[in-house]
Amino acid sequence: MKNVKKYLVALIVLSMVFSMIGCSGADVPAEEPEDNEPSDEQPAEKIKVGMIYIGPPGDAGWTYAHDEGRKYLEAQIPNVEVIYVESVAESSDSERVMTELVEQGCEIVFATSFGYMDFMLNVANKYPDVAFYHCSGYKTTPNMSTYFGRIYQARYLTGLVAGSMTEANQIGYIAAHPIPEVIRGINAFTLGVREANPEATVNVVWTNTWYDPAKEKEAAKGSLDSGVDVIAQHQDTPGPQQAAEEVGAYAIGYNTDMSSFAPKANLTSAVWDWGPYYVSAVQAVLDGSFEEGQYWGGLADGIVDIAPFNESVPADVVASVEAKKAELIAGDFDVFDGPVKDQDGNVVVAEGETLSDGDLLSMMWFVEGVNGVIPE
Amino acid sequence: MDVKKERKTKIVFEKRLQVPTWINLVVPIVSVFFALVFSGIFLKLTGQSPLTVYLAMYRSAFGSAYGFSETLVKAIPLMLTSFGVAIAFKMVIWNIGAEGQLLLGALASTGIALAFPDLPRILLIMMMIAAAMIAGGLWALIPGFAKAQWNVNEVITSLMLNYVAINVVDYFVYGPWKDTAGFGFPQTATFSQNAWLPTWGTTRIHFGLIIALVISILLYIVLNRTRWGYEVKVIGESRNVARYSGMSIKKNILLVMLLSGALAGMGGMLEVSGVVHKLDPHLSIGLGYSAIIVAWLSRLNPFVIVIVSMLFGGLINGGFSIQMFGIPAATATMLQGAILFFVLGGDIFARYRIKMIK
Repeated sequence: MKNVKKYLVALIVLSMVFSMIGCSGADVPAEEPEDNEPSDEQPAEKIKVGMIYIGPPGDAGWTYAHDEGRKYLEAQIPNVEVIYVESVAESSDSERVMTELVEQGCEIVFATSFGYMDFMLNVANKYPDVAFYHCSGYKTTPNMSTYFGRIYQARYLTGLVAGSMTEANQIGYIAAHPIPEVIRGINAFTLGVREANPEATVNVVWTNTWYDPAKEKEAAKGSLDSGVDVIAQHQDTPGPQQAAEEVGAYAIGYNTDMSSFAPKANLTSAVWDWGPYYVSAVQAVLDGSFEEGQYWGGLADGIVDIAPFNESVPADVVASVEAKKAELIAGDFDVFDGPVKDQDGNVVVAEGETLSDGDLLSMMWFVEGVNGVIPE
Repeated sequence: MDVKKERKTKIVFEKRLQVPTWINLVVPIVSVFFALVFSGIFLKLTGQSPLTVYLAMYRSAFGSAYGFSETLVKAIPLMLTSFGVAIAFKMVIWNIGAEGQLLLGALASTGIALAFPDLPRILLIMMMIAAAMIAGGLWALIPGFAKAQWNVNEVITSLMLNYVAINVVDYFVYGPWKDTAGFGFPQTATFSQNAWLPTWGTTRIHFGLIIALVISILLYIVLNRTRWGYEVKVIGESRNVARYSGMSIKKNILLVMLLSGALAGMGGMLEVSGVVHKLDPHLSIGLGYSAIIVAWLSRLNPFVIVIVSMLFGGLINGGFSIQMFGIPAATATMLQGAILFFVLGGDIFARYRIKMIK
């Protein structure tokens, strides 16, 4: 009992010290930021935009691509100030972080990972005057829209490259989570691979994580040990690229041009260019033309693309990929144009038909040529 | 000359039999102070103003109504897991598995919430609590039984079961319990409102806070005022003494692990029912591991756990907030790490007397 009292006293004193620090703080700097910041810059007009990232911008992948978009936004609309918070888990933490961003004065908030969806929805309902943009989700409200890109088109093109370059006819695919976004990418990639090389198969390895550089690399190593000679990936970092570089295999990057991480291995990458979208999304709010909706741009809009080819890719392959790209942009051809068969050989998309966006957004099956299992 | 060379100065750590009150006051304060000075130098070197950063951190964690409410929200599951860890540690059973027990509790209560969405609110919540406690308790009983029966090292088994628990949760949210209207994304449907714990006003503070506070009192009474609590303490201090006086160590290992897991499991239930309202793969980011630190710093005292959980919750939340002032996440993590390192390291000065012997 005596001991308990001591500890309690200790902690009370400790917390008093904390609060004293706080009180003195509340007097002095509480005014400081409000006085300082606006007087330095032009007052009033600065538009604050909040962004939350799933990883650090230094991941060289997903978050890096969004951060490049942020820089582009700040360069294009100079009176925009972006406050970003990195490495925010897709947990209830994200709801607090988004709330604090709004309380800091953000009039627009971007959340750059799927798992923020319901938390953003809660915050959006709480602050009807703030515009919310959620990347890769499907829930919207009058003040919350979604945005994403048809990266599967770029993945199809990278599949053409991978299919042309594999000699083992075995391609490894390091994939994050068995969700439609990832499955759609695997399928599009595989359709490209099989277009170029009907003998090749794509072997899927799930990591169940978006961002874990070590795990991503290990998964790629395991895949390479099993005999694949090209590694493709749907992860947040170039970890799989490095694994391929180390053993002299090929790799297909994702998110950004990953060639600097694997100069020999990386053949090309399916890349994002978020900047122009961020500019138009912010501009829409500034113009008062924000609308509830789902943005899903493709190659034609420039939000997705493929990175420059490695010099080891033969000129005829480059030419055929460029030709397909032109067809996709022109709309003469779509990745999931029939006939498309599933893993069991059943025709899912008949000749002359294609898949609707709804089918694509809820895709939970593999095309023929994929060697892997979707957990049920 | 030779003789002089032999006379080395030795530093001796001597365990304090009685820890004077002033030590318990001064050591944590000085530790935090040094942590802030240390991190301050680091912040200064990276071009930040340490004072601004600290104040931002403090203000977002304790200095505003919203910030403080969120600190409490963070602290609630931490309190429960820390209670669980503390009772096991009291008997010198190293239950490192609070993380997994919390997840199993969340899983079981989710099962109830999804299966009986239309039950009256009070009944449904009671059933969810019961299911969570049973699931968490049984999960902890696995290493408990191995320890009691075959003296298997519980540090390893309870830790390893955390990873199993993560995969069990993943199995359900990626598989049978996946929201059918969720476009295949790995999470359950949102619970019916009957399965939501009541919240206070517009904050996210939920009824779990009351539950946690009541448990802290009950746990204090059980540990300090009952025969069983006394047995736990004796076994923790000396197994042999306990054995000679006829206490059943096996039985108590099982009981302690059951209770420990049940409390952590309830923590999981409070989090899904009070805050998230569904189960997804991101429920607990290390709450079960933080509990070990909280319980240890609190000297296993339930009341102190309540306070330390709040300080810890504030530390976690504050780390995010200072990013809004341009501090990178890595620096925020470093700051949190430094504070913990100094407080835990400083603890040695409270527990031991350090002597120089010439």
